[in-house]
Amino acid sequence: MTPVERLSGIVVWGLAIATVVFLLTPLAVTVAVSFGSSAVFTLPAPSWSLRWYEALGRSRELWGVVATSVQLAALSTALGLGFGTAAAIGLLHGRFPGRDAIVTFLVSPLMLPGLVVGIAMLEAYRAAGLRSVWVSLILAHVVITLPYVVRTVYAALSLFDFTLIDAARTLGLSYPRAIVKVLVPALAPAFVTSGMFAFLASMDNYPISIFFTDAWTRTLPIQMLQFVEESPDPTIAAISTLLILLAVVVLVVGDRMVGLRRMADL
Amino acid sequence: MMALRRIDPVGLLVLPAVLYLGLVYGLPLLNLLARALVVDGVPSLAGFVKFFSDPFDWIVIGNTLRIAVLVTLLSLAIGFPTALALARARGAAQALILVAIILPLSVGVVVKAFAWQIVLRRDGVVSQALVALGLWDEPQRLLFTEAGLVIGAANVFVPFMILPIYSVVKLIDPRLGEAAATLGAAPAYRFFRVFLPLALPGIVSGIAFVFSMAVSMYVVPNLLIGDRFQTLATLTGRSFLLMRNEQLGSTTAVVLLVLAVSVVVASSALSRRFGGQS
Repeated sequence: MTPVERLSGIVVWGLAIATVVFLLTPLAVTVAVSFGSSAVFTLPAPSWSLRWYEALGRSRELWGVVATSVQLAALSTALGLGFGTAAAIGLLHGRFPGRDAIVTFLVSPLMLPGLVVGIAMLEAYRAAGLRSVWVSLILAHVVITLPYVVRTVYAALSLFDFTLIDAARTLGLSYPRAIVKVLVPALAPAFVTSGMFAFLASMDNYPISIFFTDAWTRTLPIQMLQFVEESPDPTIAAISTLLILLAVVVLVVGDRMVGLRRMADL
Repeated sequence: MMALRRIDPVGLLVLPAVLYLGLVYGLPLLNLLARALVVDGVPSLAGFVKFFSDPFDWIVIGNTLRIAVLVTLLSLAIGFPTALALARARGAAQALILVAIILPLSVGVVVKAFAWQIVLRRDGVVSQALVALGLWDEPQRLLFTEAGLVIGAANVFVPFMILPIYSVVKLIDPRLGEAAATLGAAPAYRFFRVFLPLALPGIVSGIAFVFSMAVSMYVVPNLLIGDRFQTLATLTGRSFLLMRNEQLGSTTAVVLLVLAVSVVVASSALSRRFGGQS
């Protein structure tokens, strides 16, 4: 290795380590603050305590909001997986014109500003006379979850060799059994990871949801942002820590099922 | 009939998703565009004329673009080397970088913005560290400053810079560099004439991702810089949620939409051109 190469290697690795620290800093800070005893965000904390977790446990209001968000994310992820997987199979296996345009349309909600999408949907739903907060939220959140599924399942399916199904059928399996035995296992990782990311995206969505929530039905990010703006205390850090824990669980499960490297292909 | 006969049953599986998104999301977007072009019931560009003739709105556009450019540059500066390191890393180092990218991706933006509020305070970690290093004479707050906003936003978006670059760079055959070296190419020449052109499609799509997200971010500026600094997205949100000025909100929303879409379209045209070369 020439000195120039060695130097550039050191620079690349130095910056990569700095980036890793930079990326993990907000998570580490949140966890540290949540276990501090002080009501102001001093680091390092004067002493450690679980008082913010106790405060969190007592907050009925917050648990109602969490329940709303989880239900919403679960239902919209299920619908997104249904619509999205069907669309991905149809796109790859059907014969029709305009395939690229359809794929672009189906994943476009990921690329457009959420706020603009939210406003557009708010105005249209209001004009259509839709009053229910729940129905509006579900309709909107499927728009968030569907693109994740289409993108990931479509990518995985396009790598799948469909002659394997024919091979299984020649070996005596019926068509439905061939699908279950051959296609489903090959597709399961994409299905699971896109479902997990879609779920988290729905749980986290602020810019679209803000237009549909009211005083009685709120989602978690909206409640949290209100706390941060109005009465920030480390209870927010405690709930954030639980969300980080959820993300860690997702990461571990994803790593077991498909491996970290394939999750990074998302 | 001809068109129908060309669509086979499997192709029909696309229909539910297309109809759903068309109805619930496509039509509303068209409706928003139409509404921004209508004032008091008649087609008119008055909303846009008014918007673009107000000097305050040009400050808002300037804020939006300046912050987005700075966030993109910072993300590229730290994301590009990280993508290279990730492509070369094996074992524990690779796992560590991947965790550092994917874990924050799965944690909400409100959580991260809240954490940066704490980090960027006058008594926060950054201020204390800079004083300890002798770079600052006394503690200062970065919170509610543009620098703080850029740092916090880059933190949220840098994974979207790293992943597309990594996905291209990992496919570049290392033997190409060796071949160039055998033919007498100096390291700088190899980097700029062999490696960089091959990595360019990833860089372009990373820049496009980060720029379009930074142009339209809403939560991060809300928490890290506050009301006195407006971007197109925060002004759009305020118009609807606080000021109840829907005409202004629709106009700014459309300006924002055009900005974000043109970035995506331009970048996909660019990367197709570069992709065609390699």
